[in-house]
Amino acid sequence: MGTRLNNLLRNLWRIVRRLSGDDGYERYLAHHAAAHPDQPVLSRRAWFAQQQQRKWSGVKRCC
Amino acid sequence: MKTNFFSLLTWLGVAVLGAAAVGGIALNRGESINAIWFVTAALCVYAIAYRFYAAWIAATVLSIDATRATPAERLNNGHDFVPTNRWIVFGHHFAAIAGPGPLIGPTLAAQFGYLPGTLWILIGAVLGGCVQDMVTLFFSTRRDGRSLGQMARDELGNIGGIAALIATFLIMIILIAVLGLVVVNAMKHSPWATSTVAATIPIAMLVGLYMYKLRPGRVLEGSALGLILLLLAVAGGGWVDQQAGLRELFNHPGLPLAFGVIIYGFAAAILPVWLLLAPRDYLSTFMKLGTIILLALAIVWLRPDIKMPALTQFIDGTGPIFGGKLFPFVFITIACGAISGFHSLIASGTTPKLLTNERDIRMIGYGGMALESMVAVMAMIAATVLDPGVYFAINSPAGMVGKTAVEAVATISGWGFPVTVEQMSLLAQQMGEATLFARTGGAPSLAVGMASIFGSAFGDHLLALWYHFAIMFEALFILTTLDAGTRVGRFMLQDLLGNVWKPMGQTSWYPSVLFTSAVVVAAWGYFLYIGVIDPNGGVNILWPLFGIANQILAAIALCVATGILVKSGKLKYAWITALPLTWLVIITSTATWEKLTSSDPRVGFLAAANSLSDKLAAGVLPPEKAAVAPQLIFNQQLDAVLALFFAVLLWLIVLDMLRVCSRHLSGKQVPPLSEVPHYPTRLEEAWERD
Repeated sequence: MGTRLNNLLRNLWRIVRRLSGDDGYERYLAHHAAAHPDQPVLSRRAWFAQQQQRKWSGVKRCC
Repeated sequence: MKTNFFSLLTWLGVAVLGAAAVGGIALNRGESINAIWFVTAALCVYAIAYRFYAAWIAATVLSIDATRATPAERLNNGHDFVPTNRWIVFGHHFAAIAGPGPLIGPTLAAQFGYLPGTLWILIGAVLGGCVQDMVTLFFSTRRDGRSLGQMARDELGNIGGIAALIATFLIMIILIAVLGLVVVNAMKHSPWATSTVAATIPIAMLVGLYMYKLRPGRVLEGSALGLILLLLAVAGGGWVDQQAGLRELFNHPGLPLAFGVIIYGFAAAILPVWLLLAPRDYLSTFMKLGTIILLALAIVWLRPDIKMPALTQFIDGTGPIFGGKLFPFVFITIACGAISGFHSLIASGTTPKLLTNERDIRMIGYGGMALESMVAVMAMIAATVLDPGVYFAINSPAGMVGKTAVEAVATISGWGFPVTVEQMSLLAQQMGEATLFARTGGAPSLAVGMASIFGSAFGDHLLALWYHFAIMFEALFILTTLDAGTRVGRFMLQDLLGNVWKPMGQTSWYPSVLFTSAVVVAAWGYFLYIGVIDPNGGVNILWPLFGIANQILAAIALCVATGILVKSGKLKYAWITALPLTWLVIITSTATWEKLTSSDPRVGFLAAANSLSDKLAAGVLPPEKAAVAPQLIFNQQLDAVLALFFAVLLWLIVLDMLRVCSRHLSGKQVPPLSEVPHYPTRLEEAWERD
């Protein structure tokens, strides 16, 4: 019972982090390691700056 | 066999319940009806449409293919193309499409009574809006996530592409102007609202600094901090309101506030995104989702009675909030809650790049819009639980009902919606406002509705806090849309000017950024300014114009979809998009026609311009009105040109689509389908193991 609740909460937390983009840098690192491990990795701040810039260059919000 | 029987029984039950609820709402006369029936009707209608109509479209019309690799899988690059869990995509998609539109439209359309708006929200969504979002999402997914404009160019030709581009740009300008007007009207002479909305700016910047400098990328920490500060700002606004000296600092009429919004818009457009736009968007998304869930829970928990009649006498076109008959103006006014052309920009371009499997298209495209439509139903409930007299007192401009409280109350009671001065001043006092008369734009009335629902559910003594919380929540994401829209407009303009002079096209070249941002802000700023000085409240002009523009963008998306269906040899199914398209063409063309030719100055732009110039020439206008009359006259004429231009744009693309279809059907050459060939997915196995 306890572990079940624990798992549920952990999953919920994972979804919240994923939805909000809180885990974005971790996902970037994982993707980077898998896709092009030979290239240098961006720092957390540089990654965040780049990601924000990218995100807001198209229609992202509606009326 | 057994499960089939049970599922049949369940769906039969849903159908009967839904029919009873819709029938109850539609046929009820005279007796009060409970809001829970609206929720029940909506949920049953969406469930049945989703289970049967959307499933049939997915399987038979679009032939969704779960074995096909999506662009996210084939082009996975770790940032924009990323295969993502469908619930996460649903969350992103819904956060992107849900804006202030479905809250404002139903609030305004409630002047016709609760019935016409509610019916159109339900029918328009399941047959129009949801279908548009779903097919656009599907076609864009099959085309590597290309945007609506690109698809229009590829599938129909240059005319379609250019029309989509221009329509998007203009709708953005009108949209931002009308949203700016809504915020200005909510802040007018309200130190509490103004100081709270003003506080959201430094709060967003603080969160931006936190997420960018202090703890880079910690989105949740930053947002939690910001949300606490926002709630404190709501309470703090109440404190400011009590301080004799401080309150005057935030107590302004419309015009200075409008200039404040314009200056803010320009600053937001040229500041780096991480400082203002991005953090504000995180906050507004959390706030938006939280408030919508809270409102839904409160409505279900409280089950308030609807006080507005099913139909009012204003279906004849004499409504105080906006002029125009039920047909076509209820469709133009509801706009986003039933079908929103803007969604096609999100459903093409952004969302398709995240889809793991085509199977998810029904849930995200059709389901996402159904949920948005549910938000519109809740806004309708919040508007109609108010006493009709109160609703009209808040939403009618002074130019319609009279400048003083006594005049306004007499006019509105004369319509058969009794309301008293005492009732209105008590309400204003409870909400912590100086007055609630003529607070047009929909935001204050929605906030009063939400506050009374929240107040009854969670404690009456907090009414003023709930009211200003609702105002803050609306202002927060209106300002996000304003920032984001200005930026998109700027990019589009830079792209366009880049064709004329190369350096202007560089999105990071500062002179170009300054120039194009100024042009975009000046464009919407102009309409905002005119809206504020207009004695009839401006909403009467701007909202129908926005509605027309938005529905025309939807018609463009449906044209592209219909063209693709016909070219793919699915002529016999093309009605799924052709039907809503035909309807949109009818309502937008009729609305434009009336806006141009109606002799009622509250409906026809030209009639208004003529009536005003006659009055000006005759010298019957009071001096303060005479001073702004030439500007108002010019603006009405400009609006007429704009409406005509929208209609021409629409007909151009409809005829172009028909030309492409008839050429295809008679075996002549047309632009080939730009669908990407089939690659088998490799994700399925990995996905199931996960």
